[in-house]
Amino acid sequence: MTEIKLQLNPEEQAILDGKQGEVLAKAMKSIVVYGEAFGATHLVDIVGDQHFVTSFGANTIKPYFAMMQELIDAGLKTQNPFTVDPRPIEYSSVNVNPIQKLVFNLVFGKQADYEKQLRALGLKNDNAFTCTCYFPEVGNTPKRGAMLAWSESSAVVYANSVLGARTNRNSAGIDVLCAILGKAPAFGFLTDAGRQATWKIEVKTSQKPSAQLLGSAIGLKVMEAVPYITGLDKFLGSEMNPTVEAFLKDMGAATASNGAVGLYHVENVTPEARDLGTKLLNPDYQTYVIDDAELGRVYAHYPILWKRLDAVPKRIFIGCPHLNRSQLDGWIERISAALQAHGQTRTLMPVDLSTPPDIADLYRKDPAVKARLDAMNVSISTICPLMYMNNPLAAMDPIATNSNKLRTYSSARFYLDEEIVELAVTGKVAAALKGEKVL
Amino acid sequence: MSRTFKGRPILSGACQGEALVSHSGFNTLASYETALILRTHQATCTDQNNPDLYKKVMTGKVLCLPQTIGSTTGGLVLMTTCSIGSQPKAMLFSNPIDSLAAAGVILSDIWLEKRIIVVDTLGTDFLQAVHTGESVSIAEDGTVTIE
Repeated sequence: MTEIKLQLNPEEQAILDGKQGEVLAKAMKSIVVYGEAFGATHLVDIVGDQHFVTSFGANTIKPYFAMMQELIDAGLKTQNPFTVDPRPIEYSSVNVNPIQKLVFNLVFGKQADYEKQLRALGLKNDNAFTCTCYFPEVGNTPKRGAMLAWSESSAVVYANSVLGARTNRNSAGIDVLCAILGKAPAFGFLTDAGRQATWKIEVKTSQKPSAQLLGSAIGLKVMEAVPYITGLDKFLGSEMNPTVEAFLKDMGAATASNGAVGLYHVENVTPEARDLGTKLLNPDYQTYVIDDAELGRVYAHYPILWKRLDAVPKRIFIGCPHLNRSQLDGWIERISAALQAHGQTRTLMPVDLSTPPDIADLYRKDPAVKARLDAMNVSISTICPLMYMNNPLAAMDPIATNSNKLRTYSSARFYLDEEIVELAVTGKVAAALKGEKVL
Repeated sequence: MSRTFKGRPILSGACQGEALVSHSGFNTLASYETALILRTHQATCTDQNNPDLYKKVMTGKVLCLPQTIGSTTGGLVLMTTCSIGSQPKAMLFSNPIDSLAAAGVILSDIWLEKRIIVVDTLGTDFLQAVHTGESVSIAEDGTVTIE
């Protein structure tokens, strides 16, 4: 990869040649070599705000902090403001014991320093910490066709699929360099050809499937390919609304974490599929049929990493990726109804509902809502549950979740939504429930 | 009898090492998460979903894989393994390299001046031919020989 074949305009070439400093030249070299690995012929201008995956000041990622500091010391900033993933911990909403807190402070000991670096580079504001930056309350919602260089797999797949924006699955590091240059190499999802589907997924379930299970099945099968999903419009309808958007968000996150999907099309639902239909399918596509039995098989295949299989969870995490308002309201009412049905006032363990700071503020600043949630043992937090699970002590506890993404990256045990409610209220999942309602 | 495969050198170099083979996508974050948090040189795979690699030592091995999958922190994870010294000696992809792995190895090469030798597009036959524990040699031009 020594000879540069990617065509640069004179301004880009000057940057590469070091006319604007060594550090910017190194940034340009990085994205040029990166683009060349994928046959990119040129760079495109980024249009829109950026989103980065790296929100955590983990002591271990020293080379990344050093790179950030090199950029800052050279006086560089991103071309537009950016948002980042959630903060790793928030003690005011997620109670931890003193020893766990000590370990959190060790693992994420660089958090304050790193946030200073983010602000120096162009962080949008102090509430810009969420994996769902595209929610209207947060406001980093790219327009259809916008060229981006985002990271955070769940945000990338949502931006591409649901919003029709164009971004590759960029890694931490490359995302920042692209944002500083305001350029991204033109390959993959930035091109029409890269958005063609090579898998047809036929959903033939008897009822609306679990978004988390369906996404997992698709990701495990197609890996990084683009799937064109049929049969789902029957359950979702053809109009976008917060419920459909939440389904697509959670399904996408599962495809991206269980596999490496960065773009999917849902027939009659997502924007490009609505416009182009089966023209998005490559002629030599493969087919994967997903029915009730297939989802059951996928669910049964998940390893369980708890030490005791019959343990009562010590905590439940809901909201990876972060919940939208519709989901938040739904979970509060669902848990409340289950408590009432069992004659209880509190869940047996803390239930954490994670959502962006801009949404959390709406609930937490209302004293009546806060009192109601406190009484239920339910908290609204803004953390990244995955980062929480990076604390080796916290991860030793039996933690339950309805997030397939969290399951993939941690020892948290995955349960379906209805099982999670049952767990929260009774501490166990009835045999009649587990294993039968696998949708 | 040795078998030879020709791929595309992404970051060229010559070396010899012990193969560690993943037939499914290599989830970089899930594989290195604990080793990174603990900053251990001897990185043991913690990806529960990868039966080929789970609980196996990855440090210094020639990692043979179709591609990487999972979190977009993947490149950052690879970069960090290079700074700790727990990185694989080489990565041999049967598929074209993916964007996360490419970012990680390129950033390590340019910003840390630490190179993981990378060859991609070796083909599915390569991944079927190579077995964990076998000796593999890599040439500058992307030729891979399973001894």
